[in-house]
Amino acid sequence: MKHLAILAALLAPLPALADIDPANWDEVTAQAQGQTVFWNAWGGSTTTNDFIAWVGSRVAEDYGVTLEHVKLTDTADAVTRVLSEKQAGQDDGGAIDMIWINGANFAAMKDADLLFGPYAEQLPNWALVDFESKSVQTDFTIPVEGFESPWAMAQVVFVHDTATMPDALGSMDDLLEWAQSNPGRFSYPQPPDFLGTTFLKQVLIDILPDASVLAEPATDDNYDAVTEPLWDYLDALTPNLWRAGRAYPATGTAMFPLIADGEVDLSISFSPGAASTAIANNELPDTVRTFVLDKGTIGNASFVAIPYNSGAKAGAMVVANFLMSPEAQARAQDPTILGYGTVLAMEKLSDDDRALFDALDLGIATLTPAELGTVQAEPHPSWMTRISDDWVTRYGVAQ
Amino acid sequence: MSRRYLLPVLPALTLLAMLGPVGAGLWGTFLPAFGHLPAAGLTGPSLDPFRDLFGWAGLPRAMMLSIGTGLLATVISLAIVMLVTAGWSGTRPFLMLERALSPLLAVPHAAAAFGLAFLIAPSGWLARLTSPGLTGWDRPPDLLIVQDSWGLAMTAGLIVKEVPFLLLITLAALGQADAQRSVRVAQALGYRRLTGWLKTVFPRVYAQIRPPIYVVLAYAMSVVDVAIILGPNTPPSLSVQIVKWMSHPDLAFRLEAAAGALLQLALVIGALVVWRIGETIVAALGRRWIASGARGKADAVVAGGALVAGTFSALAVLLGLVVLAIWSFAGFWSFPAALPDEMTLRNWLRFGPGTLKALGETAVIAVTAAMIALILTIGCLEAEYRHNIRVSQRAVWLLYLPLLVPQTAFLPGLQTLMLNIGADVGRWPVMLAHLVFVLPYVFLSLADPFRAWDTRMGVIAAALGASPDRVLWRVRLPMLLRPVLTALAVGLAVSVGQYLPTLLIGGGRVATLTTEAVALASGGDRRAIGVYGLMQTGAALVPFALALLIPAIVWRNRKGLRHG
Amino acid sequence: MDKGLSLQNVTIFNGDAPLIRVHHDVAPGAVLTVMGPSGVGKSTLLAFITGTLAKDFKATGEVWLDGHNITHAPPHQRRVGILFQDDLLFPHLSVGANLAFGLPPGGTSIQRQAKIDAALSEVGLEGFAPRDPATLSGGQKARVALMRMLLSDPSALLLDEPFSRLDAALRAQVRDMVFDRARARALPVLMVTHDAEDAHAAGGVVITLGHGDTVPKR
Repeated sequence: MKHLAILAALLAPLPALADIDPANWDEVTAQAQGQTVFWNAWGGSTTTNDFIAWVGSRVAEDYGVTLEHVKLTDTADAVTRVLSEKQAGQDDGGAIDMIWINGANFAAMKDADLLFGPYAEQLPNWALVDFESKSVQTDFTIPVEGFESPWAMAQVVFVHDTATMPDALGSMDDLLEWAQSNPGRFSYPQPPDFLGTTFLKQVLIDILPDASVLAEPATDDNYDAVTEPLWDYLDALTPNLWRAGRAYPATGTAMFPLIADGEVDLSISFSPGAASTAIANNELPDTVRTFVLDKGTIGNASFVAIPYNSGAKAGAMVVANFLMSPEAQARAQDPTILGYGTVLAMEKLSDDDRALFDALDLGIATLTPAELGTVQAEPHPSWMTRISDDWVTRYGVAQ
Repeated sequence: MSRRYLLPVLPALTLLAMLGPVGAGLWGTFLPAFGHLPAAGLTGPSLDPFRDLFGWAGLPRAMMLSIGTGLLATVISLAIVMLVTAGWSGTRPFLMLERALSPLLAVPHAAAAFGLAFLIAPSGWLARLTSPGLTGWDRPPDLLIVQDSWGLAMTAGLIVKEVPFLLLITLAALGQADAQRSVRVAQALGYRRLTGWLKTVFPRVYAQIRPPIYVVLAYAMSVVDVAIILGPNTPPSLSVQIVKWMSHPDLAFRLEAAAGALLQLALVIGALVVWRIGETIVAALGRRWIASGARGKADAVVAGGALVAGTFSALAVLLGLVVLAIWSFAGFWSFPAALPDEMTLRNWLRFGPGTLKALGETAVIAVTAAMIALILTIGCLEAEYRHNIRVSQRAVWLLYLPLLVPQTAFLPGLQTLMLNIGADVGRWPVMLAHLVFVLPYVFLSLADPFRAWDTRMGVIAAALGASPDRVLWRVRLPMLLRPVLTALAVGLAVSVGQYLPTLLIGGGRVATLTTEAVALASGGDRRAIGVYGLMQTGAALVPFALALLIPAIVWRNRKGLRHG
Repeated sequence: MDKGLSLQNVTIFNGDAPLIRVHHDVAPGAVLTVMGPSGVGKSTLLAFITGTLAKDFKATGEVWLDGHNITHAPPHQRRVGILFQDDLLFPHLSVGANLAFGLPPGGTSIQRQAKIDAALSEVGLEGFAPRDPATLSGGQKARVALMRMLLSDPSALLLDEPFSRLDAALRAQVRDMVFDRARARALPVLMVTHDAEDAHAAGGVVITLGHGDTVPKR
């Protein structure tokens, strides 16, 4: 299929070979017709996989774009792939047309000129995006500059089973105290898993008196001093973790079965609606609820980016634009489907579109936007990389 | 090339298909291990990759895991098979165990590992069935059973899959060892059955099954999918860590992966040498034991224990498949309920379409690889027959070579090499990579029945005016329909179960049931894993069922072929 | 010699050691019986004539059949029929299909079927065409094997201990039938056997092989 697409591109008149102008939307949709888009996205969550399959059927219907979901276990795989293609001199018709990305991976790709763009702010649906108050123009403090387009908002929530743990916790210090009196009842995904490192950052932000230092890159001078409280905290927490910290769940979704079985009472999620979705899918008991910390929790946006050597950039832009459409956004927010936060501004939508969102029942375990409270910014990626590496050395190999 | 000249070169072509990728892969591993990776702008030689590797804090444990789980799994599964065969072959319990274990050979490693995990985890089915009644648990105990630091769960996962393999290999070897009469003679001399078997038959059988035992050892030391599902993560085994380094966004980590791959190869070679030395020690001790004239006082206990272990091994896989099936239909299922609150088709409706797509990909790859392997195998065997090529014992080792080199030692190199020459990833390279593993098994499966065919049939047919091709197509292959289909089924099952070649050579673009199932491991969605695991098992088992059924239907009126 | 089977200075070596040496003509309708203990190489002689000699053996000399040198012809083009002690009917084919396998190509399917039916009735097996060969008695199998071979229209007939598996009563009956058919079709017959009664019944020249024997041409 892909070969045919490349062949067709080669046989088409020459202008087709030049990079397409994102602002010329008619040309984009015309070129997208018949293209196959290989979307590399983490495949560990069945609800996300189902959603991507639905997106595929919709863009095929409306734009004649064939969407193939390449299921990754780690987004870094896709980054590697594009990087090696560039080094092998394959500057067109690469294996990947679109990547679900953010944070360090985006920083790495943007830095190495591996991305197509800017395109995001030229897409028609960008006009509906709440770029004023949602952090979609910076990604982990890195300016986005149109090289990736947002499609979901995420915020850290804690997931607890009220049947065994009735009360919410207000801070990370409360969590440590609770874990010490309830050993073996909490765990977090194993760093360098995305959610696992997020937990570490959340700890650091919450226990530091002033977290503003994290907005700047970590330096050799300040790193040890800033992170010392984190390691003290973890040294105290680890013996009280599930399996005493000798094993960790691989990912965030792998924590749900642990709650469902009663192995742990408390977990962490990056998706405020995921718990309600899991209840709907029989993966969690209906006694599960979520909470955020008093000082707020970390939030960020999920983006899609297009590699510079994609052979189906027009098709990828069509998919990226569709992801920002009210139809796709409302579906993603539906807790029985995905339960992701929307990137759109409700006041920018037409009445009909807004009705789609109003009709949603967010689910018993989902906090309202007001309850979600303050969204704390992600630290600079350099913190995450160093903390994650140090975690592996301290807790990941030495047991 | 005319067909006349094609046949004699087929054996060479077959060896190339099997050993070419292995050789190329090792070369592709060797260069980056010494710092040479032009794709990342690095040119060697340099020892930095090894310095980085030995600087990794998890290395000692990762190495110990690789060695420990590999040796333990091999020793235990071999002991179970040898003692069960020694104590029970020819008896009713043995026949029943053999019948239970044979189909398990086709169950993919990943599915068996998932089943075992769902069975033995603190929240697994065994705990559910016995709680709270027997155990008093109303919540799962905080015990590190699956993914334990010592790799015991992973070792168990390997044992339950290697026992059926070694048993079938042993049964094949027994036919040539004249076991029944030897044991009868020993029994007449006052030896108990198990001791008599060990002293008279074991040395001959062992000599025959030595290559597959080495394969089991090399495989168990470097397995990836079972280790991801059942093995520890703090740190993981060396092979899993190599795969992690391979997928690191920083290409420089491929150098560390390559160095790790060479270390993995060295570990396997070292373990094989140790095993070989162990063989001579055991042989010396055995000779003393034989000379001592001991008749075997503990026979009954040992034989009983072995039978129990063998039965547990079979039950673990069978019950594992049952619990996979239950999860695939499960509604909400809390601990310690023995069964889900409700059974529902919802999971199948959700994941069914996805599995069908993966099944299609799996089938295309497996059918192509197995058919190519079958054609090459028949070509080799027919060339051997027509041109009277004698196959030496040394050539037989060549067949086992691709199975002895750890997958993690040459597949990363093969991927890097393909990257360097700009070859496209995708289905065809994956098929060729599968062929490396499918070919030996297809060949080993078909060679004996093919050679055992009464060549006087060929003389008669030629005397009746049939050309060699006509003899092959009209007489030999129809008569060998069942072994040919069985060999094809073996090839399909091997291909269906491949994880690492599909993942690495497919560049993530080729999604088979196995890669999808193992990818789900990280998400922990047991309902999805249940659906994918069952589909994967079905994809491997159905061809075997057909290999039994088709000849039975086609030759339903041919008594002479009923036991062929 | 224009017609018949001629073995000219045929010597078979096992490695470098000569195993047997035969120099003999067999006229159409005549039987040459080769006797000797097992292991003497009787069957290798037949393998040499059919062109299926194993690589361990080497052979010199020539085989002529009806005026053609067939020493180096491929086995399936030699027109030499052979019967073994086992019937060796193809187990996957019906009795009729076994016979059709021997029948040279050509003719309509009705004509071919007629030839097969005629062959079956010639040996008293009318209506056996659709049968599974495995359901036949020993004597019936031997007759089918004989007719299959004769339908292939051979120019010579080799017999490799052909009757040794049959019980005494059947043995004479089948033996007579084979020799009668061979005589009727004027086929030269070469039989190897260790059974003196077979040799006697054949009625032709009997040569006895020992290790390295030379058999003079008569």
